[in-house]
Amino acid sequence: MRKPNGLSRRGVLAGAAGLVATGALAACGSNTGRGSSGGGSGPTIAQWYHQYGEAGVEQAVKRYAKAYSKANVQVQWTAGDYDTKLATALVGSGGPDVFEQSVAKVDQVRAHQLADLTDVFGAAKDDFTPAVLDAQTVDGKIYGIPQAIDMQMLFYRKSWLAKAGVSAPTTLAELASAAKKLTNKKVKGLFLGNDGGAGVLGAVPLWSIGQGYLSEDQRKVGFEAEAAAPVFAALRTMYSSGSLLLGAPADWSDPSAFTQGLTAMQWSGLWAVPVVQKALGNDFGVVAWPKGDDSGKPSVPIGAYASTVNAKSRHVDAAKAFAKWLWIDKTGYQRDFDLSYGFHIPARTSIAAKADKLSSGAGKDAVDLVQRYGKVQATPGWTSPMNTAYTDALNNIIRKGSNPESELKTAIGKIDKQLRTLYK
Amino acid sequence: MSGRDVTGGDVAHASARDRRRARRHGRQRTWPAFWVFVGPFLAGLILFTFLPIVWSAVLSFFDAHNTVTPTRFVGLANYVDMLTNSDFLASLGTFSVFAVFIVPTTVAISLGLALLVHRLRFARAFFRSVFFLPAACSYVVAALIWKLSIFNGVRFGLANTVLGLFDVDQVPWLSSASPPWYWVALVTLRLWLQVGFYMVLFLAGLQRIPGELYEAAYVDGAKPGWQVFRYITLPQLRATTVAVVLLNLIAAYQAFDEFYNLMSSARGYPPFARPPLVYLYFTALGQGQDFGHGSAGAVILALLIGIVTVLQGKLFGFGRRD
Repeated sequence: MRKPNGLSRRGVLAGAAGLVATGALAACGSNTGRGSSGGGSGPTIAQWYHQYGEAGVEQAVKRYAKAYSKANVQVQWTAGDYDTKLATALVGSGGPDVFEQSVAKVDQVRAHQLADLTDVFGAAKDDFTPAVLDAQTVDGKIYGIPQAIDMQMLFYRKSWLAKAGVSAPTTLAELASAAKKLTNKKVKGLFLGNDGGAGVLGAVPLWSIGQGYLSEDQRKVGFEAEAAAPVFAALRTMYSSGSLLLGAPADWSDPSAFTQGLTAMQWSGLWAVPVVQKALGNDFGVVAWPKGDDSGKPSVPIGAYASTVNAKSRHVDAAKAFAKWLWIDKTGYQRDFDLSYGFHIPARTSIAAKADKLSSGAGKDAVDLVQRYGKVQATPGWTSPMNTAYTDALNNIIRKGSNPESELKTAIGKIDKQLRTLYK
Repeated sequence: MSGRDVTGGDVAHASARDRRRARRHGRQRTWPAFWVFVGPFLAGLILFTFLPIVWSAVLSFFDAHNTVTPTRFVGLANYVDMLTNSDFLASLGTFSVFAVFIVPTTVAISLGLALLVHRLRFARAFFRSVFFLPAACSYVVAALIWKLSIFNGVRFGLANTVLGLFDVDQVPWLSSASPPWYWVALVTLRLWLQVGFYMVLFLAGLQRIPGELYEAAYVDGAKPGWQVFRYITLPQLRATTVAVVLLNLIAAYQAFDEFYNLMSSARGYPPFARPPLVYLYFTALGQGQDFGHGSAGAVILALLIGIVTVLQGKLFGFGRRD
């Protein structure tokens, strides 16, 4: 029977069912980046990027994807915790076909998540910076095409240091002393992140005393608790001295604490140079992390995002062909990606050599630091659980004041257990 | 007569048969509608709730690194690992600290607010709404406000501005673990978000207490105030109080949003502020991708919540007739 308003019960039910079905379908669809508005013909492949801070990069990578004619490439730009989202997506079948990550991890290779890209390099292999290529190499096979090199360094305000009678620090003791002298009621001396450097410094304190995460062959723990304890104790002393900026609205990767005058020195990265230059002109300098003792060296961590292919992709060959086209054949795109928006060192030495931005000022200083002291922080053998064990120890030592030696021994035990699982 | 009786009987039988048929027919006609409305939600419940629970229980007996497909049967090894894992046990310790702070404080403040609002003679609805309103706010949004505006560590954060008026130096609220100032942010955030909800539960409890009881108490010489509260109000609110404590405790076990959003930094998360769900998130769903151990931990946690709930029910007589 038709109701006075013209709606029958059957009609209402059908409509409701339709709505529910539509909602369910919408809710069930996992967004892998595959859509219908691609540029080319052929298979549709999803390419994932993490969110770059520089304006224009997103548009640029979408432009590159659209220019590819042999596949319909859909770019997904991921804000927030990209690494966790990627790790979860790679477990299932809804992951991306091509994605970027900074290191090819041994456990990913063991889980057959990464496609072997060794054969796509050809003669271009020798043009890539060896250190960042090593970060993509497991058992002699290459799993990622490096796109850009980034590095971290210490920014300092030249005029403020001069006024306080402090020179750019070259040792950890000098850094602690300078931070204290530069601290006053309104300004803190040093910003190493809101956790006092526990998260970002990573292997840097170990390098500064001549040690590292893992041994050369990646199969043993590369540091000793007794020898490493003093440098972490020094970081704790600095943390509790009141000269570190803690709890800034933006963390270490954003130079705003430095440009807003909240701190006189800040640990940040090459990408921050344009923003700092715009805010402070030439009133800033950059140095490496100072050495911890006479057995160590100044430290500059470098890393490189690389383009990787999901081994579980339905279009592995198409994805490999696209990655090769974008990051090996089209050298102009790498130049544009690295130098037109922010400040990155091209992974290919031939492109880096011609980069004007890197031939003067802070850019040149940064390149010099990379050449003299640059080391890749994340290596294939250093897995996430190992990193968690290590950063837990740093958090407990630096922020909680726990005993450095016992914390490092606990971390070494956990890392050693992981290594035994990996290489059993 | 008999013919009429027979006819009448037939009619009676026929109408009963018709009613039964009509009911059956009615049921037959309503079944499709029932399934149209209930079916999708039931399917969603099975697909997204029950199946993952069963799958998780299965995975807990397998090695499942970087995969949700069971690879190697390991028996109870994952359970043994988790129960001897100092990090997981420490996460239970963090929960205990949190629960010790949050449960009694929430009960006391929400009961206090309920008593105040219950006795108001004017603007009662306004004050109820004001106290209840934060319950509608998302934990993530509230955590961001707490982190960026109130408890940031620089001189222009709200808390530090207030302290600055008294010439107190900047406090790194969320960075400092000794002294552990981060607990101030964690506890105040949850209190702000949840006391309004529990206040409403207590209000409902207060409204159920018969006025005659108070009148009888006054006739018997009880003094208004603490004496009446101690001997009439509090015992009458026993069932509500037990329910509030129980809900609070379960919510404390499930704490995730405020911890994760307040304590995580760009490159990590401190081990000293890691409740069980955050620990399991990092084990299974974070970059650890260890679904075997993560699932075992989830099962242990679920059992723990179940045991505590049953024990608490036994102890306080939850659900028992007054």
